[in-house]
Amino acid sequence: MRAVDAIMECLKAEGVDVVFGMPGGANLPTYDAFVDGGIRHILVRHEAGGGHAAEGYAKATGKVGVALATSGPGATNLTTPICDAMMDSVPVVFITGQVRTELLGTDGFQEADTIGITMPIVKHSFMIQHPDEIPRAIHEAFHLARSGRPGPVLVDIPQDLSRAEIDYEPVTDVRLPGYQPTLDGNQKQIRQAAKALASAQRPVIYAGGGVVSANAAAELREFASSDRFPVTCTLMGLGSFPAPHPQWLGMLGMHGTRTANYAMDEADLICAVGARFDDRVTGKLSEFAPKAKFIHIDVDPAEISKNVPAHIPIVGDAKRVLAKLLLEYRALGADPGRLEGWWQRIERWRSEHPLSYTDSEDAEIKPQYMIQALYEATGGEAIITSDVGQHQMWAAQYYHFGKPRQWINSGGLGTMGFGLPAAMGAAIGRPGELVCCVAGDGSVQMNAQELATCAQERIPVKVFIMNNGYLGMVRQWQELFWDGRYSQVEMGPYPDFVKLAEAYGATGLRLESKHTLVQDMKEAIAIDGPVVVDVKVTREENTFPMIPAGRPAREMVG
Amino acid sequence: MGEPGTKAPLSLDELEAAGNLRTGRKHTLSILVENKAGVLSRIAGLFARRGFNIDTLTVGPTDDERLSRVTLTVDGAVHPIDQVTKQLHKLVNVLKIRDLEPAETVSRELVLFKIAVDGPQRGELMQLTEIFRGKIVDVTKRSVIVEITGTTEKVEAFESMVRPFGLIEMMRTGEIAISRGRGET
Repeated sequence: MRAVDAIMECLKAEGVDVVFGMPGGANLPTYDAFVDGGIRHILVRHEAGGGHAAEGYAKATGKVGVALATSGPGATNLTTPICDAMMDSVPVVFITGQVRTELLGTDGFQEADTIGITMPIVKHSFMIQHPDEIPRAIHEAFHLARSGRPGPVLVDIPQDLSRAEIDYEPVTDVRLPGYQPTLDGNQKQIRQAAKALASAQRPVIYAGGGVVSANAAAELREFASSDRFPVTCTLMGLGSFPAPHPQWLGMLGMHGTRTANYAMDEADLICAVGARFDDRVTGKLSEFAPKAKFIHIDVDPAEISKNVPAHIPIVGDAKRVLAKLLLEYRALGADPGRLEGWWQRIERWRSEHPLSYTDSEDAEIKPQYMIQALYEATGGEAIITSDVGQHQMWAAQYYHFGKPRQWINSGGLGTMGFGLPAAMGAAIGRPGELVCCVAGDGSVQMNAQELATCAQERIPVKVFIMNNGYLGMVRQWQELFWDGRYSQVEMGPYPDFVKLAEAYGATGLRLESKHTLVQDMKEAIAIDGPVVVDVKVTREENTFPMIPAGRPAREMVG
Repeated sequence: MGEPGTKAPLSLDELEAAGNLRTGRKHTLSILVENKAGVLSRIAGLFARRGFNIDTLTVGPTDDERLSRVTLTVDGAVHPIDQVTKQLHKLVNVLKIRDLEPAETVSRELVLFKIAVDGPQRGELMQLTEIFRGKIVDVTKRSVIVEITGTTEKVEAFESMVRPFGLIEMMRTGEIAISRGRGET
């Protein structure tokens, strides 16, 4: 059988039901195999859209996403999604075409050193040198992508090798002697962590995206509830602990709640689970959580003590470790009364510093209200994807995520243009569920071409553009930290998003009044197929509260 | 008090942070890798992007043709060595890493020195070479090439001795190392 037909068999054996990609010269053989391959292929309009769609699919379903591209520009267009998947630990297998082996290294037409270019931004990559290697490489790529700390894995296949005939036999094992992730967590360390938690007077659980990837939300909730531990989540961890919950402090970090950040600042013990002490969380590192000792649970040993030295490191899968930690903790019979004073302090911050904004006195739509309206219009049940910027932060603050895999955004890399293709992938991965993309008028244009994909495939994503005519977050920084000297942030009224949507074969609407906003949104959501809703919001509104970059949490402003 | 694995109560004050420590000495890492295309560039790239400096690096085959041995030295005064090894461990083609204890390790480097000497000075250089248990491997009217094998300290001592003669150039292999005793490195 041709190697490319074997690829189809491998993908099916891995449970792949859909892939995202775009054909080109070097992957023509693979695309020939798709004709009878029995796998749904979504033809995207730009490889970056395909890569982000595969990420959205993976984040929404927990399964491995797959994106394909040809050699050269196809592969270089994938670099942003690859890097994005690396930063946010998203399991995606990228399969790229490569020029024929005889042309390798000659600067052949559409040749790029894809393996070299992507080496720093993949979990692993396979450079195929013999057609017989292909099936094993595909399976090992899936194994690597989904296990341990998930991440992107790339398989680069020269055109002539993909066309070759091979003796295909199903691969049932992986041979990766250098790859043995630790999942169980050291029992003694877990017991030590339980004891530290039992002694803590001012504990905080700081949960990150690792809780979502490990499908450990139930374990987190159960553990936190075992003793009224206060819980905060990172941007990536939102939904891993239900937002409407008495122990929920809100998101922490640069645009987190004062309650969460002040609690971190005063905590005596912080239990980090699947979180990596990013600079957007810690602020000034030397003044981060100055009174705290740290328990750090992470499946990636290199994250532990990378930024903040851990007192009790636990390498393991969050789901397994939290389950064991719960048993150990219960056995200690800690006195819940000791947290009374801590909760009083937290409640005072809560009542003194709730998230707030000044609403307009007329029909003008404040961006924060737009998110509240969307929450109401969707009953808080939609899967929300976002781009990167002010709208992302407001969505994180005001759409109170109740479930894991409900919030899909680009955190680590901060990729504008992520939201729409990610929504596409999420909608395909979870058919029948409402998927809304909250985008900025700046960022949505970075992958707006995927509206054509949505129209062609009838993917019913609802795109809500928070339109302030600015690159809003950059404008905010220029206002606050660069003396209001605006430089290249004005976007004007371009494009006309209603016409753009219609040109792409989607429905376009424009909303400008807050009085009817919830109802208008409900009506937009009820329309079949892809819908773009251009919501005109206050132009110069700032995202607050905020820890200015490089400052400690207690110096939050706004 | 608070021993891990016991039921004794624990005071948070007793906890000490681990990791991210700079040891202040040179570390020799012996890394067993799969002999696959691109492995060396993965290692080199990792060091470059994490900002770790490699002092020396040698690569060679092992007794198993599927495996190669990389020996590299890193300054533990500049870099947190545990981060270096943890990051290396994440490379899928890396099978085993040993941070060799100096006292438990035999390490060697081979260096070729090309020295500008003629007539009368040659005898003195030969004596010096003898003392360092080196070999003269090439002689011309105006130059001599000396081969020295030994620890980095010995090599550097020889270098400082021959510099005054007129050192034209030197070629160093970088250090290789093997653990003492019966066990595998």
